[in-house]
Amino acid sequence: MKAMVYRGPYKIRVEEKDIPRIEHPNDAIIRVTKAAICGSDLHLYHGLMPDTRVGMTFGHEFIGVVHEVGPSVENLAVGDRVMVPFNIYCGSCYFCARGLYSNCHNVNPNATAVGGIYGYSHTCGGYDGGQAEYVRVPFADVGPSVIPDWLDDEDALLMTDALATGYFGAQLGDIRHGDTVVVLGAGPVGLYAAKSAWLMGAGRVIVIDHLEYRLAKAREFAHAETIDFAEHDDIVVTMKRTTDNLGADVVIDAVGAEADGNFTQHLTGAKLKLQGGSPIALNWAIDGVRKGGTVSVMGAYGPIFSAVKFGDAMNKGLTLRMNQCPVKRQWPRLLEHIRNGYLKPSDIVTHRLPLEAIGEGYHMFSAKLDGCIKTIITMDAA
Amino acid sequence: MNENTSTSTTELDRPYVADKPAVRETDDELRARIPGWGADLDPADRPAVPRERYAPEVTGAHWEFPDRQPEPYPRERSIEHGMLTPVFGTVAPLHGVSGAIRRYAYRYSEGRAAHWLLLIAGDRVDSFGAHVKSLATLHPDNPVTETGVLSEVRRHGWSSRVRSRRVDRSHTWIDPILVAGPWVATGVVAVMLARKAVALARR
Ligand SMILES: NC(=O)c1ccc[n+]([C@@H]2O[C@H](COP(=O)([O-])OP(=O)(O)OC[C@H]3O[C@@H](n4cnc5c(N)ncnc54)[C@H](O)[C@@H]3O)[C@@H](O)[C@H]2O)c1
Ligand SMILES: [Zn+2]
Ligand SMILES: [Zn+2]
Repeated sequence: MKAMVYRGPYKIRVEEKDIPRIEHPNDAIIRVTKAAICGSDLHLYHGLMPDTRVGMTFGHEFIGVVHEVGPSVENLAVGDRVMVPFNIYCGSCYFCARGLYSNCHNVNPNATAVGGIYGYSHTCGGYDGGQAEYVRVPFADVGPSVIPDWLDDEDALLMTDALATGYFGAQLGDIRHGDTVVVLGAGPVGLYAAKSAWLMGAGRVIVIDHLEYRLAKAREFAHAETIDFAEHDDIVVTMKRTTDNLGADVVIDAVGAEADGNFTQHLTGAKLKLQGGSPIALNWAIDGVRKGGTVSVMGAYGPIFSAVKFGDAMNKGLTLRMNQCPVKRQWPRLLEHIRNGYLKPSDIVTHRLPLEAIGEGYHMFSAKLDGCIKTIITMDAA
Repeated sequence: MNENTSTSTTELDRPYVADKPAVRETDDELRARIPGWGADLDPADRPAVPRERYAPEVTGAHWEFPDRQPEPYPRERSIEHGMLTPVFGTVAPLHGVSGAIRRYAYRYSEGRAAHWLLLIAGDRVDSFGAHVKSLATLHPDNPVTETGVLSEVRRHGWSSRVRSRRVDRSHTWIDPILVAGPWVATGVVAVMLARKAVALARR
């Protein structure tokens, strides 16, 4: 089969690989029909995630058709059209039993601080991902769901991570009726978080980024006010001024480890890897939120230390909430919202490429060229 | 009395008095403007609430503890784990020098910087070794077609940047150095060594 393969920082290529085998009785092998490139993949692509090995196939957003099932699989059959949450999880450990699907203890021998994620380095379990023609899906009775007939492929694909994560990010903000919500980052996660904030009754939603084309999407898709931080000397002051000097009730970090806006932080965090990522947006969130407010962190950071302004968070009495999204827990409600027409996930898709062009897809998304917001890799078109 | 004390109409007084900022749009206006506004208004009725909802029966798992996947080779693991997890990924097993570095890294807990820094060192050794090895194969790594850099032309690299104030322009120049730098440096050193060798041989 053809698969995207990591060769080293900034280098990927498409290679011929063996079709994965059933390695556990509850495994399934899925023939991938569509996959996407996530902002998280960029952290791997840039060599930011420890124990990312040459030969690994990335991709934790994918849908497909069941190709083979292990002997203990009960809930899926060959031929089913399925969507697969980006989390690999057992469904039966201490954490899974309590809904913390992204924190499963039975799937990742390499680390206890994170669960299992498809194609996301050995630090997340050492599994190949779905930017390939076939992928091994462990715990087939737990993670995947059959895609409802009425749901189209691209919307289903976006449910496997970006949409669920944005929605989850808004929930962790604990938004109350009339709250002012600031979302840092107008990527897929930020756009969905902004849109979701309204569902939870926000009174104002403000999206901050430095890419004008993405801010335009935030105004149109997420009905948000926008601020281009490149136009402001000191964005924290701007955040205060636009919120009656109070600060926002809730700030959502949808940026993560490769945040821009401060050269030293970006250089040490994202380029030289001296920190577990550059916490620029996180620090803006901490300083821009009101006292007693909530910061919800969806942006991903590496496992080593980062220069976070913890003293301000403490003195301001903030609530900090964060996690990898437990995707499947969000699905029933998200399906309702899509069905009711409240959410149309595929509205943010900007590019559709065949697997052969995935190198171009990574570079374009990483360098934010050509108005790129979300790129979908279409296997059957290859 | 000093007239300057009555400043209650300026926006600056907001957090200094008890009132919340006035709402800008009423619920009805918001509902009319934004499809689905307030559909999840009740905080108790959101999928992520309550935080740790004990519900093992909803996950689809039909085992108390999963079957164990066979361990085809000694699988490295975090020393914070009490045992090897029943299921794990089997791509790219440890090998060679990078494998030795990584295996060593797993002696330290995730709480130690040494663990992560050694893993990153192992990553760099792994990719460097893979590039060098690939030169001796029919499919050598190609820095032009495999970095996606060609999309700079096809995807408007120039106009995506110049017509914008985007702040990442301040460090765009670093990426080519990060990617090509080690190769250029290795090449320069190799040429220098070769020259020295030739000079020594001639003497
Ligand atoms: N928690 C989870 O489960 C989960 C899931 C998916 C993605 N993520 C993480 O969410 C983050 C966003 O993902 P994405 O797919 O939207 O990525 P993306 O790269 O498309 O979006 C990031 C955006 O942040 C902007 N940005 C950079 N610096 C900024 C700053 N200082 N302030 C405001 N905006 C800034 C960028 O211009 C970009 O538009 C990533 O870190 C990703 O790893 C987390
Ligand atoms: Zn992701
Ligand atoms: Zn589990």
